Amino acid sequence: MSTSSAATPLVEMRDISIAFGGVKAVDRASLELYPGEVVGLLGHNGAGKSTLIKILSGAYARDAGQIFIDGQEARIDNPRDAKAYGIETIYQTLALADNVDAASNLFLGRELLTAWGTLDDAAMESQARQVMGRLNPNFRRFKDPVKSLSGGQRQSVAIARAIHFNARILIMDEPTAALGPAETAQVGELIKQLKREGIGIFLISHDIHDVFDLADRVTVMKNGKVVGSARTSDVSKDDVLGMIILGKCPPGAIPGPGAAS
Amino acid sequence: MTADATSAEARDTHPGGLAAVLRATEIDTRLLGMVGALALIWIGFHLYGAIVNGFGTFLTPRNLWNLSVQAASIGIMATGMVLVIVTRNIDLSVGSVLGVCAMAMAIMQVWVLPEMLGLGHPAIWVIAVLTGLATGTMIGAFHGYLIAYLQIPAFIVTLGGLLVWRGAAFFMARGETIAPVDSTFALLGGGPYGAIGAAGSWIVGLLACAAVVLLLLSARKQRRRFQFPLRPVWAEILLAVIGCAAIIGFVLTVNAYPWPIGIVRQFAERTGVAIPEGGLFISHGFAIPVLILMAVGIAMTVLITRTRFGRYVFAIGGNPEAAELAGINTRWVTLKIFALMGFLCGLSAAVASARLNSATNSLGSLDELYVIASAVIGGASLAGGIGTIYGAILGALVMQSLYSGMVLIGFDAAAQQIVVGTVLVVAVWIDQVYRRRTV
Repeated sequence: MSTSSAATPLVEMRDISIAFGGVKAVDRASLELYPGEVVGLLGHNGAGKSTLIKILSGAYARDAGQIFIDGQEARIDNPRDAKAYGIETIYQTLALADNVDAASNLFLGRELLTAWGTLDDAAMESQARQVMGRLNPNFRRFKDPVKSLSGGQRQSVAIARAIHFNARILIMDEPTAALGPAETAQVGELIKQLKREGIGIFLISHDIHDVFDLADRVTVMKNGKVVGSARTSDVSKDDVLGMIILGKCPPGAIPGPGAAS
Repeated sequence: MTADATSAEARDTHPGGLAAVLRATEIDTRLLGMVGALALIWIGFHLYGAIVNGFGTFLTPRNLWNLSVQAASIGIMATGMVLVIVTRNIDLSVGSVLGVCAMAMAIMQVWVLPEMLGLGHPAIWVIAVLTGLATGTMIGAFHGYLIAYLQIPAFIVTLGGLLVWRGAAFFMARGETIAPVDSTFALLGGGPYGAIGAAGSWIVGLLACAAVVLLLLSARKQRRRFQFPLRPVWAEILLAVIGCAAIIGFVLTVNAYPWPIGIVRQFAERTGVAIPEGGLFISHGFAIPVLILMAVGIAMTVLITRTRFGRYVFAIGGNPEAAELAGINTRWVTLKIFALMGFLCGLSAAVASARLNSATNSLGSLDELYVIASAVIGGASLAGGIGTIYGAILGALVMQSLYSGMVLIGFDAAAQQIVVGTVLVVAVWIDQVYRRRTV
C-alpha cells in the first residue's frame, strides 16, 4: 500500500530534539509518513513517542530539527498551525472540554456561524449527528455535556473531531485505550477506510498487538531515541518486541541512532 | 442507551404534578431555587417588619424600586465576573477600578470639560462616560495582559490592582470629593428624574413581553426545522404567561412608586402645572440604571451563549489544555475577558457616581467582594466551566435584598456582615449538594 521512498513523504520529521529541564525527552528523532500509509510508533511509556508527536501537532515547541510537509519545510508553532497543514490529532487524554456538549467539542475552534456572526448551533448539531452516525450509530446524547458520556462515547467524539475536517495527516495517540473489543474493531475498520482515502496515519501505542496488523511500517523509540524502523512485512512481532524492550535492531529493519550495537 | 430510554419513558408515564410541569417547560430547577430563595427573603423581611415593628416595609413599591437601583451597580459588574470565574480566574480589583473610573469621569466633567466646552454643554456627559469606559477597558486589558501573557496568577495581579488603583484614585484628585456631576450624567444613577416614567415603562414592558413570545416562537420553529423534540403547547403558553406576568408585575411595581411631594412641587413650579386636590401622582417607572443592568444582562447572555467568544470562555473553563489544543488562542481570550470586566467596571462606575452625584476616592470599596459573592451565589463555580448571567444578576439581587432588608428592620452593621457572610457560605454549600445530586 505504502509508496516507495522515491515519492515525496507527506510528513518528514528530521533530527527533532526537545528537552524538559535537562531531560532529553526526544533526541535527534527522524520519522517519515507517506500518503495512505499507517505508521505505528511504538515504545514503552516514557520512550518519547507522545512527545515527538505533540511536536508535530503543535502542542510542544521543538528545540531543534525540521519538519517537512509535502517536501516543503513547515512552520508549526502551535496547534492552529498544525491544523492549517491538515494535521489532526486524537490525544490520549482526548482533550475534550467536559462542560460543553458533543457538537460544541466537535467544532471547538472551528465553529459554524450564522449570517449574523453568531453560533449556528443547529447546523453544528446536525453535522455532528451525521459524523457521529458514521462512527457510533447508537449515539444520541447530543445535548449533554461530554462529562456525562461513557469512555467509548467520549472517544468517538474525539475521533469525530479529527476526521470531520478533511484531515490529510491523522495522529492517533493510544486511540483504543478506553474502548471495548467491538469498538476497537470499529476503529480498526475506520483506519483502513481512511487509509484508502489516502490519509497518512500515525498510530501511537505501547502495545504492539494494537498496531501491528494495521500498520504498514513501525518505528520504535526507546529513551527518546529512534531504535529503528521496519516494514511489518519484513519483521515479526517478536523482532519488534526485541526492538521495544532491548533496543536491538533485527535484520530487515533500518537502524536509528538509538539502536543498541 | 436503551436502559436510559426506557427509564425516561417510565418517568414520563408517571408524572407527578410539579415535576411534570418542570420537565415539560424545561425550566432550570436552579433558577427556580434562586427565585424561591429570593421570594423567601422578601416575604420573610416583610413579615418580620409587620410582626415585630408593626408595619411591613419590604414589599412596598418604594423599597423594591430602591432595591432595583441599588443592585444595578453590583449586578453590572457581576455579569463580567461570571466570565472571569468561569475561566478559573478571579478579579479582586473591580472595586478599585470602579473608583479610578469614577474619578476619571468626575474630573473630566467637573474640571476639564466645562473649561473647554462651557458648563452644562450637552456633550459633557457623553465624553465623560466614554472616558470612564475607556479607562476601565484599558486597566482591564492591562490586567489581562499580565495574567495571560506574563502568566502571573490572576489572584496576584488583581490583588495588586486592588491596592494600586485605590491609591491611584486617591492621587487623581489628591483625596478630594468631586461634585456635583453633570446634570445629564446624574440621570444614569436613577432618582425621580433618572427614571423613564409610567408610559415609558409600559412601552419597555410590552416590548419585553413581545420579545418573550417571539423568542419562544422562534425556538419552537428552530426545533421543528431540525426535528428536535418540541415542548407541549400548554407548556409554551405557560412559559409565555409566566414571563409576561413577571414583566408586567415589575412594570406595575415601578409605576406604583410616585415622586416625592417635594419633587412634584418643584416640577409643577417649573412646568407651570397646577397640582390638583389630593396631590399629583407621577410615577417613577423604571430607573435608568436598572434599564442599563437589563441591557447589560441581555447583551452578556447573548455574548456567552451565541458567540464564538462565549463558547471559548466555557471551553477554557472546562479544560484549558483542550482549548489550547483545539487551536483556541486562550491568552487572547483571557485578555479580552479582563478588558470586558474593566469595561463593565467603567459602566458601573458611571451608575454609582451618578447615583451619589459625586466621586470620592473610596467609591466602590469592598465591591469586589459583593461582586464575587453575587456571581458565586448565582451559581458560577470557582472550579471553572460553569456560570450564568441571569444567576449573577439574581445573586446581586439576593445580596442587596439581604442588606436592604436588614437595614429596614434595624439590624446593625455588624449583624449584617455576619448574616451576609453566612448566607454566602451556605448558598455555595447548597449549590454543591444540588450539583452532586443532579450530575
